[in-house]
Amino acid sequence: MKNRTFTIGGVHPAEHKLAKDAPIEKFPIPAKVAISMAQHLGAPATPVVNKGDKVKVGQVIGTPTGFVSGFVHSSVSGTVTAVEPRADLAGNKVMHVCIDVEGDEFEQEIDCSDRIDREIKLSAEELLEKIKNAGIVGMGGATFPTHIKLAPPKDKKAEYLIINGSECEPYVTADDRLMREHPHEIVLGARIMARVLGVETVVLTVEENKPEAFEALSNATMRYVGFNVFRMKKKYPQGGEKQLIDAVTRRRVPSGGLPIDTGCVVQNVATAYAVYQAVQKNKPLIERVMTVTGQCLPEQKNYLVRIGTPLSAILDSVGGIPAESVKVVSGGPMMGKAVANLDATTQKGSSCLLVLTPEQTARTPEMVCIRCGRCTQACPMGLEPWLMNRLGRAGDTAALEENKIYDCIECGCCQFTCPSHIPLLDIVRTSKADVMKIIRSRAKK
Amino acid sequence: MARLLVSPSPHFQSPQTTQVLMNDVLIALAPATLVSLLFYGWNALLLLAVCVATCLLCEFLIEKYLLGRKIPSISATIITAVLLALNLPPAAPWWIAVIGSIAAIGIAKMCFGGLGQNIFNPAIFGRVFLLVSFPVAMTSWAAPQGWLPIDAFSGATPLAQINEGLRQGIPASEIIAENGLSGWRAFFGAAGGSVGEVSALALLAGFVYLLVRRTIRPHIPVSILGTVVILTTIFWLVNPDKFTGPVFNLLSGGLLLGAIFMATDYVTSPMTTVGMIIYGVLIGLITVLIRYFGSYPEGVSFAILIANMTVPLLNKYCKPKRFAA
Repeated sequence: MKNRTFTIGGVHPAEHKLAKDAPIEKFPIPAKVAISMAQHLGAPATPVVNKGDKVKVGQVIGTPTGFVSGFVHSSVSGTVTAVEPRADLAGNKVMHVCIDVEGDEFEQEIDCSDRIDREIKLSAEELLEKIKNAGIVGMGGATFPTHIKLAPPKDKKAEYLIINGSECEPYVTADDRLMREHPHEIVLGARIMARVLGVETVVLTVEENKPEAFEALSNATMRYVGFNVFRMKKKYPQGGEKQLIDAVTRRRVPSGGLPIDTGCVVQNVATAYAVYQAVQKNKPLIERVMTVTGQCLPEQKNYLVRIGTPLSAILDSVGGIPAESVKVVSGGPMMGKAVANLDATTQKGSSCLLVLTPEQTARTPEMVCIRCGRCTQACPMGLEPWLMNRLGRAGDTAALEENKIYDCIECGCCQFTCPSHIPLLDIVRTSKADVMKIIRSRAKK
Repeated sequence: MARLLVSPSPHFQSPQTTQVLMNDVLIALAPATLVSLLFYGWNALLLLAVCVATCLLCEFLIEKYLLGRKIPSISATIITAVLLALNLPPAAPWWIAVIGSIAAIGIAKMCFGGLGQNIFNPAIFGRVFLLVSFPVAMTSWAAPQGWLPIDAFSGATPLAQINEGLRQGIPASEIIAENGLSGWRAFFGAAGGSVGEVSALALLAGFVYLLVRRTIRPHIPVSILGTVVILTTIFWLVNPDKFTGPVFNLLSGGLLLGAIFMATDYVTSPMTTVGMIIYGVLIGLITVLIRYFGSYPEGVSFAILIANMTVPLLNKYCKPKRFAA
């Protein structure tokens, strides 16, 4: 069958999947961790431990604040040394629980064996509660709390569960390795989520540049009715939620709507793996697979890292970053965030640590727009970035709204493809924020 | 410790820069340019050199002394110069090239603000400026001896011969037979006309290169050529004595040169797929109308100039297909 893909736009950046042959290694537990209370979309969790408390691995250290929020667990055992605001990966000051590590003592009920436990015993409600209590969030990068996505409003019915193994970002190989090494756990995680949602059809998607992962998932799903593995064309941003739903079902999420409006729920493969761990092994989300890569690093790694590990510890383990100035990106090169502070620690959504040299990433001087239309051809939302650039610089918010700037998913295709190196996404981002502010203030009236 | 670079995503860029795109267009123009030099020799080379020098000098002076900038893309200026040179009669005097270059760069490009701002394709504007200013010099097709040991093609262009013959009431097929104006001659390189129209094969080689390198999308050239083929086939089938056929029309005059290299100029063509197709059909339609019913034998230049004017409208009203309704 023909490989599937989404219908509008997209680009083909060079893959650079340098770490794809590096098996997942356990990263040594660091001496100190700092665990952020804001690792999910929504309100930060409220810390429930104090300085001097002893904690075990898997113990709750933060509880949800409001509806869209989540639990946070300790990823190590030891003594809490501080509960204080610190700069996180994105540079925001948020509450962190800092812990000095002593030993590696897990909470009693956690099963750390590799034995695959296939039998799902609990009911949908019990499963959902367990997923919520394990602090699981979307691990593809958006970090939306998973239990909310798995409990759609009463008037919406989920028909498809899509498990996203597209991993369309260049460099990142964490999901690829996870699919190759733990396909059964991922499929069981998907079965658990399918039961929670009450859906019959589960689609796992893998891009064509990961044949081993496709093979592994195909074998793992063989025995289950209603499970399909789709091979996708290699195209960015295939892993975008809206694009993936389009690619799989040819349904389009309406403007301002949610994926559930199309009857689809999308979850990342790493999230499925975490759900399996939480439900079958009682292991909350305390670690994740993270790619450490970059042409300038001597080694390419896929590490299983405890949440809260300082980035500097991870980079030191691969020989430290080169002496000349570099860009360290948390996530892939298309949508990842540049990190300003290597004391920041890993989070639930940290899929990759990418080190780029100035030559690879420096912004070249902007030239005039030659109206080639490449940005318009590349935009997966069917927008006109060149026009947004012009209107945005002129501050014409009315025209920007008319041209649907609020539909922008900030994938970066326009800026990537612009031959004149115009910072299109920078302009669109700030203009979009202005327009959203106006729309919200209008809604309030 | 290393200094960390911080900037918003995306963190890397496509290697296809404006410089690369413009150089690719120049590479694609190379076969047609080389063939024309072989056929028309020293004068064609002189015209080319004069065009390049005048265009660069003109843009440099205006950018530097009026705008206080540097030339943003030297390659883009050279593209205009080469296209203008390819649009001149092979025996044209050198001063024609100077005037045409000044019109192209000085008026059509720089008056609007330089690269990226112009409404009309500069090279086409330069050619039409010369055509209406110096009608005799621009339509005398006495060809100089080239570097190939074959006879030069003198006399009127095939399109002009047809135009003249039809006016005298001679059937089109007879004119073609009498003057040996077969399509195949034009295909390999032997059609009288301006410098760059000499070989369809060389132009098509450039077209293939541009498509392979993804420098241009096929929509504009294909819709121009498709429209011309369909329209001329209909007219030809209705009255083969009065109207020339599709093959002849496709391979004669500046149609290929215009469709592949001039109508696809980024700055002066639409941005969306639908806009591109409408624009191409419009050029094809106007070309055929001028060729069949106009007083000029050749219509591609005028067609592109007229279509250039519709581009802002096409960009405004032909929105891309939105993802979300």
